[in-house]
Amino acid sequence: MSPARTERAVVWSLRGAALAAAAIVGLIVALLLVESIPAIRNLALRLVTDSGWYPAPAATDGSFRITPMVVGTLLITAGAVVIAAPLGLASALFCRFFAPPGVAAIYRRLVELLAGIPGVIYGFWGLVVLVPLISALRPPGASVLTAIVVLALMILPTVALLSESALRDVPQRHLQAAAALGLSRWGTIAGVALPAARSGIVTAVILATGRAIGETLAVVMVVGNIVQIPSSLLQPARALTGNIALEMGYASGDHRSALFFSGLILLVLVMLLTALAAWLRGDEHDHA
Amino acid sequence: MTTREATAPRGASAAPPRRRGDRLAAILVWAVATLVAGVLLWIVLDLLRHGLVHLGHAFLLEAPRDAGRAGGIAPVLATTGLILAVTLAVAVPLGLASAILLSEFIRRGSAFAQFVRRSLEVLAGVPSIVFGLFGNALFVHYFGMGYSVAAGGLTLACMVLPLFVRASEEALRAVPDDYRRAAAGLGLTRFAAVRSVLLPVALPGILVALVLSVGRALAEAAALLFTSGYVMRMPESLADSGRTLAIHVYELAMNVPGGEGNAYATAIVLLGLLLLINLGTALIGRHVLVRTGE
Amino acid sequence: METEPPLERAEAFRPWHTPSPREDCCPARRPILRALDVTVSYGGTTALRNVSLGINRGCITAIVGPSGCGKSTFLMSLNRMTDLVGSASVIGDIRLDEQPVLGDAVDLLALRRRVGLIAQRPNPFPLSIRRNMTFPLREHGVRDRARQTEIMEECLHRVGLWTEVRDRLDRPALGLSGGQQQRLCLARALALEPEVLLLDEPCSALDPMASAIIEGLIEELRGRYTIVIVTHNLAQARRIADDMALFWATDGVGTLVEAGTAEQLFTRPCEALTRAYVSGMRG
Ligand SMILES: Nc1ncnc2c1ncn2[C@@H]1O[C@H](COP(=O)(O)OP(=O)(O)O)[C@@H](O)[C@H]1O
Ligand SMILES: [Mg+2]
Repeated sequence: MSPARTERAVVWSLRGAALAAAAIVGLIVALLLVESIPAIRNLALRLVTDSGWYPAPAATDGSFRITPMVVGTLLITAGAVVIAAPLGLASALFCRFFAPPGVAAIYRRLVELLAGIPGVIYGFWGLVVLVPLISALRPPGASVLTAIVVLALMILPTVALLSESALRDVPQRHLQAAAALGLSRWGTIAGVALPAARSGIVTAVILATGRAIGETLAVVMVVGNIVQIPSSLLQPARALTGNIALEMGYASGDHRSALFFSGLILLVLVMLLTALAAWLRGDEHDHA
Repeated sequence: MTTREATAPRGASAAPPRRRGDRLAAILVWAVATLVAGVLLWIVLDLLRHGLVHLGHAFLLEAPRDAGRAGGIAPVLATTGLILAVTLAVAVPLGLASAILLSEFIRRGSAFAQFVRRSLEVLAGVPSIVFGLFGNALFVHYFGMGYSVAAGGLTLACMVLPLFVRASEEALRAVPDDYRRAAAGLGLTRFAAVRSVLLPVALPGILVALVLSVGRALAEAAALLFTSGYVMRMPESLADSGRTLAIHVYELAMNVPGGEGNAYATAIVLLGLLLLINLGTALIGRHVLVRTGE
Repeated sequence: METEPPLERAEAFRPWHTPSPREDCCPARRPILRALDVTVSYGGTTALRNVSLGINRGCITAIVGPSGCGKSTFLMSLNRMTDLVGSASVIGDIRLDEQPVLGDAVDLLALRRRVGLIAQRPNPFPLSIRRNMTFPLREHGVRDRARQTEIMEECLHRVGLWTEVRDRLDRPALGLSGGQQQRLCLARALALEPEVLLLDEPCSALDPMASAIIEGLIEELRGRYTIVIVTHNLAQARRIADDMALFWATDGVGTLVEAGTAEQLFTRPCEALTRAYVSGMRG
């Protein structure tokens, strides 16, 4: 074959590979949809109107209210983000503006290390360390609050690292201009750096939220997994993700389909967040 | 950190109220940093304190006994290795091909490039439990693989693909255009330039991509629960079910009363592996840099 | 002013140099490359307008002119390196041996093998010296290892690099000095047996000594190859060029002011601009 012909063949195979890679996400959506059809057809509104979650292979034999799990997921996610966003941002500010250079470098490594710790290890630590602590406060210890703390720790590095890179992208001249005006350090941060990095920081928080929604086993290990809408943060609850993890092993029929449907809900939530983040980022590029 | 000079006015010019604000901010930020560092230390020290006693070469080489409460993790290590191998065997060629296409053969703004990039971006955000559902439906059921190392590896391959593509595309883009021009000037095909110049130059970056992917795969558990399963036997082929280190930690902690000791030890092995791989490729990366004289 | 490079030193690197009178090299002055009304623009901005210029076979053609007048652009259009700049478009007609250079049907790989380009900044691949020489050969169909080695050795000899590198062929090419790197690039191009060599300020990134060596090499290639060299060094142009072309930019658009033999342009230019340019730089 001539070099040009070979080259054309190569490009077509590369295109094929890229197409396959790109098709995976479509395949996931399609499969989840297909597997959810029985639940959508046989359960539909019963997913919110049923009296509780007592799943059975046939829709008629059980009750399928997933509302408590949705509430659990939202509660845990919201709590984790409320804690992780300010702490992560403070971490980023520490690295960028407060720490001496050497300390900042070490601290960044440390945050990267935190980012690399598997969720299961966070969950395990929560189980053996936090649950007994919180249980001393009020049994059983495995609770929404425990899950929030563990999850906040897990997503904090995401917020910190992404915010820091957003802060690093703030042009030096803005900061110098602020310094030239005699602004204090905090004045410069609040008045110049944070506004300039705003969309990057918001994106960081959104992506971290996505991670929190999707986290499974770390939450399963510390949240107690009782299907109920908790009346306080110290009560156990169950998350959508955890529900799938706990029941997929034996689920069949409409039960299995309901689990796929909850996966679909998760996927849609996360896709919305991703789209939001992409949109915000695109927005920023237009301004640049 | 060059900004500090620019943003921290020194001397008496700062008025007292502003200085109070500064001091408060500094105290808060330092407190947070200390807290974060403290928690990390807490986690690591706690693992070491309870886990080290169980750790030894016997732990790595023995089969588990008594549902994992006693004995070691040999089959778990083997399964982890096998699943990683399957993952990389699929993700690396597919991902590298995509990265090469995106960085070398099509324009950044072209519709196809946008489509691939957007799809991978969305894929990167898919929760791992959803990958588990997907893998369970597609590989375990439709393809009839059952709970198996192969099904788990394929599922993880899909999961790490976006990460791998993105990092290796960046590595390729970081190669100076000079080399592309030089190759074109010699009448070489683009693919010849990719194969003989760009890939070798980008190798350290691609290795980093590989490490990130391995790290992500090692840390994963939820996507494997219903694809590779949680059987504790030594896998004899890719069609056998088996559990990885992460799942072993989960199972021991959650479902085996009295399994904490070995869960601790397994967690240390898992963390240690992650650190080791990182260290190893950092060294390889440096070696490659020296070899090409850059 | 710039000191004259010590030419004598360069002689040492030319073992089988036989001085030949210029007339013998390009006796008929028949163009091998012809540009006809070539206009190049970058994303709608014209960089070069209506250039018509013949490049004579076997001759050394020097292209001179101030920075930004489109010399590199012209050179790149001759072997379609402009294709690598997404925004560039070339119109007009360029012929290599009467065959069209522009157009979709052209085999770019073959074209660039016939018309090689040496960049301003030496650009060896970050591979070993040996790989730099052999891998383009292999891509162009020379599969036999022994043959590759033979060609490598011969070409490294011709650029006077053999004795300097023969003990470290497997070391990184980027470990060589700038001048050695540029000679390696020249050898790498020569290995492909091009007909035309385009050199874009090949000495400007080098120290005077290294630049003298390159200049000597170029002279030595006269006759066997057609050479187009962009240079800012008028003394150099005068020393080595058979033909010369002066480019100039007016309002940011480059044009060809005057072309002819180097002798003509230096001693009896037709254009006032040429006279000003060659005399202004001479003193
Ligand atoms: N890649 C490019 N994109 C846009 N404009 C370019 C590019 N390369 C060169 N130009 C423009 O074309 C003109 C001629 O440039 P060049 O050919 O490099 O001149 P010279 O080599 O004579 O210094 C300049 O005005 C330059 O700005
Ligand atoms: Mg130029």
